[in-house]
Amino acid sequence: MSAGFYFGVEVFLNGLMAGVMYSLVALGFVLIFKASGIFNYAQGVMALFAAMTLVGFQNGQVPFAHLINTIFGTELHHFGWHLPAFVAILMSLGVMILFAYIVERFILKHLVNQEPIILFMATIGLAYFMEGFGDLMWGSEIKKMDVGIPQGGNLWIEESTAFLGGDGFYGFYLDTLDIYATVIAAILVVSLVVFSKYSKTGRALRAVADDHQAALSVGISLRTIWVIVWAIAGFVALVAGIMWGSKSGVQFSLSLIALKALPVLMLGGFTSIPGAIIGGMIIGVGEKMFEFLIGAPFLGGATENWFAYMLALLFLVFRPQGLFGEKIIERV
Amino acid sequence: MSNVETYTTPDGRTIGAPVMEMKNITLRFGGVVAIKDISFDIREGEIRAIIGPNGAGKSSMLNVINGFYHPQEGEVLFHGKKRGPLRPYQIAAQGVARTFQNIALFKGMSTLDNIMCGRLTHSKTGMLSHVLWKGKAEREETENREKVEKIIDFLEIQTIRKTPVGRLPYGLQKRVELGRALAAEPSLLLLDEPMAGMNVEEKEDMSRFILDVNDEFGTTIALIEHDMGVVMDIADRVVVMDYGKKIGDGTPAEVQANQDVIDAYLGVAHD
Repeated sequence: MSAGFYFGVEVFLNGLMAGVMYSLVALGFVLIFKASGIFNYAQGVMALFAAMTLVGFQNGQVPFAHLINTIFGTELHHFGWHLPAFVAILMSLGVMILFAYIVERFILKHLVNQEPIILFMATIGLAYFMEGFGDLMWGSEIKKMDVGIPQGGNLWIEESTAFLGGDGFYGFYLDTLDIYATVIAAILVVSLVVFSKYSKTGRALRAVADDHQAALSVGISLRTIWVIVWAIAGFVALVAGIMWGSKSGVQFSLSLIALKALPVLMLGGFTSIPGAIIGGMIIGVGEKMFEFLIGAPFLGGATENWFAYMLALLFLVFRPQGLFGEKIIERV
Repeated sequence: MSNVETYTTPDGRTIGAPVMEMKNITLRFGGVVAIKDISFDIREGEIRAIIGPNGAGKSSMLNVINGFYHPQEGEVLFHGKKRGPLRPYQIAAQGVARTFQNIALFKGMSTLDNIMCGRLTHSKTGMLSHVLWKGKAEREETENREKVEKIIDFLEIQTIRKTPVGRLPYGLQKRVELGRALAAEPSLLLLDEPMAGMNVEEKEDMSRFILDVNDEFGTTIALIEHDMGVVMDIADRVVVMDYGKKIGDGTPAEVQANQDVIDAYLGVAHD
């Protein structure tokens, strides 16, 4: 086999793992959409906010330091401690659960029975509020995230695959962080699917997603379920924030990964948890392979920017509910 | 008759103390009065029918009982105690289950899962123990499953247990909805037009199930129905509503002889 073929395989594998990273964000969308029919525009910002909070806790930053300093003329910035990653992650999770409660208490509660477009607008508002609030709380500078996940090329894989190719091939280059992300995403998806299928709360979640009135009549409290759903989505946002933050730093552009999750959702279906993962992989592999085989040689490159959206558009035409979305059953 | 503490029906069942008492209920939507000063009770072990022409306020009454609507005036007594303005899910937890006129099932879920949802009020274990899937939660799930299987057998829907209910024909969906309500082992079962849109055969089946539920489990049932023939056959007592007001209350025979009821159903001659 030629080195070119192996290079193609490497592109394929890297695409697969890039796709998993998109899926992590898409997963948060699916959870909230399934349970409440809300397209949560704020999912990307939630990931950014979670990542900022985590870094802030880890480095012992004083929240709202700038605000406090301006009002009281103090010079606060750090508490002077460094928390272990594990403790900081738990604390950030606590913040995301609190955030879920606040969203339900101050936004969703007042918008029960409203049109989906109104709820969508509310999440846009929420997204911009959180963006500003996050900056106010933790400062807007670019931060480095380090929770102990190793990064860079995985030497072991490189060395043990080097024999495959000829002279021009030195083994597959795979980022260790991407491998971690893949494993974590797999665990996350399996546990979410099992939770939603086989647990009492999961059944209640699906019930609420299906019919609000009926859910109330069998004794399900909508408000409790919404807090649970947003808390889980917050947890997923935290995981996505950790992965993306470790990869490319914690900064504003992190919130834009939400846009990459959109084509993933159209492929996988807005209501399918496994669909979010498969959709992500198809997009990831598709855009890398397209760039490698067609984009770079024939189209002058940079096809990765638009390929995912074109693919999503094709899917919308031929299979509007996505690959795994709930079939649209209409009895007439 | 409604003043008697207990009485025995012709087929030998004992009708006991009131489960639910409605006292001077008035419900308004803006300027429209949907229910006007209505009082009646539902007694333990009976099948109580609420009938009346379209727009009489029957469904609104059911919605008051299960907490979707809160009346502006009057009070609701449940097992003799005054009930505050509770949310529907809290009332469900107290043992009031219901079905809907336009079928409100979880369409994407299987028959089995739908009926399992009816058991939610009976499950005490928290979310965490379910995540860990340990001991107590597992036992509880098994117990719930056994009860649900009994209901599936009872309603003769074994063949559709794995089918998503959205695909089922109308009559079967109605039956699954009844199953979900039964799964809660309710002390009061509310049925909103359980036989609407059914053919004669399906109506007979449904009537038989309702009578069996009442007979075998001793469940108190309040139902709304249009089909006078069915109501007269299965109900122990009947409330008749017209334009939000109560115009009759008593045994089917008494109600049938009531001139106001006859007028409401057949119209009054203008001479």
